[in-house]
Parts: sequence; structure tokens; C-alpha cells
Amino acid sequence: MRDPLVILQALVLIAVSPLVTGMIRKLKNLIRLRKGPGIFQPYYDLAKLLRKEEAVSRDTSWVFTCAPYIVLGTVLAALFIIPAFGPGISFDGAGDLIALVFLLALGRFFIALAGLDAGSSFGGMGSSREMFISSLVEPVALLAVFAVSLAAGSTMPRAVASVETLKLSSLVAAGALFIVTLAETSRIPIDNRETHLELTMVHEAMVLEYSGRSLALIELASHIKQVLFFSVIAAVALPHGNYAAKMAAIAIAVALLEVSMAKMRLFRVVDLMGFSFVFSVIAVVISAMGF
Amino acid sequence: MQLLGVDYTLLTDPLSLFFLFVVLLVSAPAAVYSVGYMRGEYGRGKKALLWALLAAFVLSMALVVTSGNALVFLVAWELMSLASYFLVVIDHRHERSVMAGTIYIVMTHIGTAVITAALLIMSNYAESFDIAAMKAASASIPANIKDLIFILFLIGFGTKAGIVPLHVWLPYAHPQAPSHISSIMSGVMIKTAVYGMLRFVFMTLGIGPQWWGNLVLLLALVSCLAGIMYALMEHDLKKLLAYSSVENMGIIMLGIGASMVFMKMGMPALAVMALCAGLFHLLNHAVFKGLLFLGAGAVYKATGTRNIEHLGGLIKRMPVTAAAFLAGSVAISGLPPFNGFVSEWLTLQAFFYGAANSGGSYKIFLCVCAALLALTGGLAAACFVKAFGITFLALPRSKAAQSAQEAPLSMKAPMAFLAATALALGLGAPFAVKYITGIAGFAIGAPAVDAPFSFLIKTNWIAAAVLVFAASCCYAARNRRAAECNTWDCGYYKLSPRNEYSATAFSKPLRIAFSFFLMPYSKTEKIRDSFYHVRSFKYEVFTTPVFRKYIYAPAVSLLFVGARKLKKIQPGSIHVYVAYIFVTIVLLVIFMGRF
Repeated sequence: MRDPLVILQALVLIAVSPLVTGMIRKLKNLIRLRKGPGIFQPYYDLAKLLRKEEAVSRDTSWVFTCAPYIVLGTVLAALFIIPAFGPGISFDGAGDLIALVFLLALGRFFIALAGLDAGSSFGGMGSSREMFISSLVEPVALLAVFAVSLAAGSTMPRAVASVETLKLSSLVAAGALFIVTLAETSRIPIDNRETHLELTMVHEAMVLEYSGRSLALIELASHIKQVLFFSVIAAVALPHGNYAAKMAAIAIAVALLEVSMAKMRLFRVVDLMGFSFVFSVIAVVISAMGF
Repeated sequence: MQLLGVDYTLLTDPLSLFFLFVVLLVSAPAAVYSVGYMRGEYGRGKKALLWALLAAFVLSMALVVTSGNALVFLVAWELMSLASYFLVVIDHRHERSVMAGTIYIVMTHIGTAVITAALLIMSNYAESFDIAAMKAASASIPANIKDLIFILFLIGFGTKAGIVPLHVWLPYAHPQAPSHISSIMSGVMIKTAVYGMLRFVFMTLGIGPQWWGNLVLLLALVSCLAGIMYALMEHDLKKLLAYSSVENMGIIMLGIGASMVFMKMGMPALAVMALCAGLFHLLNHAVFKGLLFLGAGAVYKATGTRNIEHLGGLIKRMPVTAAAFLAGSVAISGLPPFNGFVSEWLTLQAFFYGAANSGGSYKIFLCVCAALLALTGGLAAACFVKAFGITFLALPRSKAAQSAQEAPLSMKAPMAFLAATALALGLGAPFAVKYITGIAGFAIGAPAVDAPFSFLIKTNWIAAAVLVFAASCCYAARNRRAAECNTWDCGYYKLSPRNEYSATAFSKPLRIAFSFFLMPYSKTEKIRDSFYHVRSFKYEVFTTPVFRKYIYAPAVSLLFVGARKLKKIQPGSIHVYVAYIFVTIVLLVIFMGRF
């Protein structure tokens, strides 16, 4: 039976997802020669938020209330699509890599609406920027997915993950997927989770009105989403080698990038996405050449 | 049935029946909706006229998609165009209506003329206007004439479909008609062009060389991207929807173009899959665009404005309309669990399998097509976050929006019906796809195939489960203690609607990113009391309509220059005219004598 394995995999990923965030933060602090909070801090934060009373703006509607659940729900559903612990440990019927992109887009659609719902400029600004960035990321993500899937002849994650030989095209596409991951997880140089400065925040501005339990749900969803995207690279695009080691490598790369770079101006993101689009096209070209 | 040597027998093959179904699926709810919509809006005489025109419009569309004779087809086509023209100019006191109508009737007649030319050439070879006879004779048409016929069809049907750069009439004509008519025009009328392409190019003329498909793909891509970018910049709700129709016709055409390409590459199974994706998107777009136009009409009726910058907060005042419009927005953004997701997914799959099974530059071309379709999808989501968010969420931005009332039952019921249909088509996608595959196979003349459709059902059901989960969590938590507070205002005293983000601001990042195409410019107007104190400040942003400025405006001015030149032979003197008549008669006599 594979099904209990898939559910077990989802539960493990959910359980460790805040830890990944905590470890990245710890690593960043170590590089910056700061002490910083412990690696379990994200768990404490979630526990604290869940206990706290929620403050909800009286101008909001049901869209605002529902959005965190939809975001968490789509991310959880997406967990069943990715065979993280080995090829085959996923629900085949749940969808393919293209469906994964669309499923996450559903959550983003609602959280962007929620950003507009309270009527503050911060929320609107965050939604506007989030949709701007995500619409530029989408073609890159899709093309990279195509490049990875071409060798397998199918967009099903199980088929892609069980390709025998490591293809050069997959390696290049993984590079593009890494930039996609930075954008989707609101990392420097595209966004910055650590700031609440109105000029620079994107995702944080969008969810500024949230507090208490709703905020906890959104935070948890973004921890899981991060693990999800790391897994797409580690288990689907490059399915060879040790999963945990690859996850650690990606996490270290993200941390190093975050401490060594500054956030880009919003309109420079266009250039970055253009660059990664070219990267994906190159991956397809390599795949067309048969490597 | 025969009269005047023309056979009036109607076609009842799967293709015709499918389009007939689409016509009725949108027209019937729109007709019900019009009962509530017209109340208080139009007088008795005008109501009667609207009903008559609506009936003529729907019947002529039904005739377009069922006629078995090219002559009958042309007459029905013209009837459809004229009926819709009168519907566009029904509010003829508005200057905008008259202008929209003029642009529409000129463009549509250029299209009709071109289609007529193509059909005449074909009937010349067949020596009949019967479509079956034309099909039989198409083998005898030389290749270069076939190319010409294809180009004529592409221009003619492309005009009706709103394919860029022939789309100029669409964003003027569609919004100007009464909303239930807009919904039929955008939902159904432009789809008759796809019917024409399938009936006359696929099934009568036969699919020609590879470049036909490539050309359709390129035009479709340009339509997708240009359509959605203009839609993003628009803050007239109905105009936004009209531009988004241009985009969606592009997506449908992507399926059709891919199908032509795969046919020529010897992959009939994939061709069927691509065409199935196109036809399914056609059906889906009919449903959700019909729904969105009805929703926009309800908003217009309740507030008297189509400018979303003056709206807001309607979700509390018009909950049913808001829910229906939200369903339409999710569907048109191609998100699960609604139907738009399935057809976009299918189109992407068709491109993927095409790329996987071809080599070299074609692999790259098809992948880039898919990526640009994904970009379109992302921009569409941004566009409809804006359309729904600014119109329905947060605080009302004007008195009219503040005092808006929910629409009557006769308007709510059709919207609810279409929203339910969009969801049903999403959840029941495998059944719909199976049925449409049969139609696509019939149109291509290839056997139906087993494409990897089987797992679709679950992605949609999973997304639906997520939405149900969210709704039930919210319901369960409805009594949870939550402090009601003001929106965070940085410590100032209470935000006003003027602090809200506007639609113009929302689309600003994209306006700047794509400024090479949109070429935005702004106008500011300051009224000062003194150097230090500005009493009022007005800021407006416009985008340059590239196609109108660089293609249509020069063409129109050329036309005027030509007309002015022609004026010289028309001096108004009766003697000159008598001389013209005399010369003409002499020439005719010589002409008659020679032959």
C-alpha cells in the first residue's frame, strides 16, 4: 500500500516545515555573527499566534475570513502531488506539475483579494505587487516544468521523478526553478520577509491586516509552501541522490543568497524574471538537442 | 426544401449541434436576465424593440451554425451582424453608442466582404453553394488559390472573432450594448467565427501547409497577450471584459492553430486533443464571460456607473451578484475547481505532448507558446483580482456605490445558473471532454483518441474540497471571539475610501513593466489658489492604443485623402455629369459590340 506512505510523507513535511524556516534563519544569523533565536522559534510563534485573540477590521467581508483557509488548503493539497521521499510516493490522481502551479495560484488569488478587502493602501499595494510578480513568475515556472518533463514524456511528477539518467536540461531547469522558488517564497532579492517597511514589502503588506489564528494559518502555509518548492527541485527536477542532503543544500543556498544580496527594486524583478525565462528556454533548447 | 434554386436544408451534424448548444446555453439565461435588467431602464416601445431584436439575433446565430448552404450562411451572417448593430446603437442618444456602432458596422462588413469573396471563389470551383459540394470540389482547387482562400477566411472570421489586429471594434461595440446583449455578443456571437473556421477551413477546404497553423498560432499569441494587457489597463468594467474576450479568443485560437500544426505533422491524435481543448475553452468562455457580463450589468444597473474607480464595497450590498462574479473571475483566471482551468490545462498538455513528440526548433516553439499562455494566465489572474477586488471589496468609493441595491431575482437566477454551470463543467470535465473529443474528431476527420484526461477529475475535486473546507472552517469559527477594529491606519484617525488602492494604482507595476507595448502617458491638471496651495489636482493615465494609432488611423486618413481626390471629378455641374453619361454609353456600346 502506497497511500499511508503518502499521508505519512505529508504529515512529516508539515511537521518539519517550520523547522526548515528556523534553520535558514539560524544559519543567516550565524553568518551575520548574531546569536538570533533558536531553530524552533517558528513553532513558538505559531503557538503564540494560535492562542492570541484575532483583530479583524470591520470593513472586511467573508473573503478576508476565508482566504487563510483556502491558502492553507491549497498548499496541503499540493503536498500530495509531490513525491518527496521517493518516486511513486504521491497520489497520481491528484494532479500533475501544471495542476500544481494552478492549484497554488488559486490560493494566491484569494489572498490577493483579501489584501484588497480591508481597504488599506498597504494591502492593495501588496496585492498589486504580488500579482505583478506572480504573473511574471508563471511563464518561467511552466517552461522550467516543461523542460524537466520533456525527458520523461509526461508532466506527471511520478514519471518525471523516475527518469533514470540525470539530464543536463533538468539541471539548467532546476536553476530556473530555484529563482522561481525565491519569488514564490518571498525571499531576497525579490521580496523580504523580515521587513515591514512600506516601500519594500510585498507579501507582508498583503497580509498586514491579519492577526492571531488567521495569521498563524498563513505563516504555516508559507512554511509548507517553502518545503514544497524545495522538494520540487530536490525530488522531481533532480531526483538522484539523498533527498535530505539536497534539501539542506537548497536551504543553505537560500540563506547564503539572502545574506549576500540586497533586495532588488520592484521593477528590476522584471529583468531577473527575464533572465530566468531565458534560462528555462536554454533548458528546453538543450532538451531539444537531446541532452 | 428548395426555393429559388437554393437548398435550405439545415445541418444537424455534431459540430452544428455543439454550437447550437452554446448559443442556447448563454442566450436563454440572458433573455431571462433581460426581464429584470430592462425594467425601469427602457420604455415600453424600446423594450418591445429589444425583445424583437434579441429574438432575431439569436435566431440568426442559430441559422449561422446550422445552414448547409453557403448562401444561406452568408445571409444569416449578415442578419446576425445587422441585428447586433442595432442592439449596439439602441441607446442612440449617447455619442459613444453611435461611434461604437459605426466602427462595428464598418469592421464587420469588411469581414463579411472578405468571407463572401472566399466563398465565391470556392463555389466557382464547386459550381454550387452547397457546402457538401464545395467539400467534394476542394481537391480540385490549386494550392496557391487555397492559400488565398485561407487568408481571406482568416481575415473575415478573424474580424468577427476579434483577433488582434482586427479586434478594434470589439472593445467599443460589446460594452455599449445592453448588458444581456453584451453577454450574448461576447459569449456567443464571436464564437460563430470559430464555427466558420472549422466548417469552412477544417471541414470544407481542408487543412493546408504548415504555415497556416503557424500563422494562426502567432496571431493567437498576439491576441492573448495584447488582449489581457489592455484589459489590465482598463477601468471601465464592461470594456475590461470585452478586452478579456480578445484574450480568450486567442486561447481558443491557440487550440485551433495547434490542431492544424499537429495535423500537418502527422499526429492526428494530438490534433484532436488540441482542438478539443480549443472547443472546450470556447464552451467555457461562453459560460463565464456570459456570467461576468451579466454581473457587470447588475453592477451598472445598481450604481449607474461602469467605472470601477467609483465602485467598491458591493460584496455587502449585492452578495449574490458578488458571489457569482467571483465564481466567474476564478473561472476566467483558469483556476480550479472551475471549468476554465480544465481547458487551459488541456491546451498546455497539447503543447507539451506536441513538444515531446517533435524535435528541433518546433519543440522550442511549442514550449514558448505554452510559456506565453502561462504568462497570459498569470496576467488574467492579476486582471480579475483587480476587477473583483476594486469593484466588490473594501469601502464604496462613491455615493452611488454606497446606496447600491441587490439585483432582482430575474437577474440573480441567470447569474447563479451560469455560475453553477461553470462549476459543473469543471467538476464534470471528463464527461464534457469525452463528448467534445468526439466533436473534435468529427471536425478533423480523425478517430477519437485516449488522451490522458482521466486524472483531471481529481484536481478539480481536490480544489473544490479545499473551498468547501475553507467555507466550513469559516462557518465553524463564526462565533469565535475576534476583536472588531478599524483597518490599520498608521495611527491617523480612521481611513476613508480615498485612502484605498485604486484600479489605476493596482495595474501600475504592469503598466511600467510593459511600457514598451502600452506606451503610457499621463495628464495632470492643477488648480491653484496660490503658489503654495493647490485646490484640486487631477491625474489621469492613458495607454496608447498601438493598433488604432499605427494601423487604423493612417488607413482612415488615407481613405479621406482618396475621397478628397475623387471629389474633383464630382464638381456638381450638371453639364459634366451629362458628359459622363454620354461617355459611359459610348463605351458600353463599344464594349457590347466587341463581345
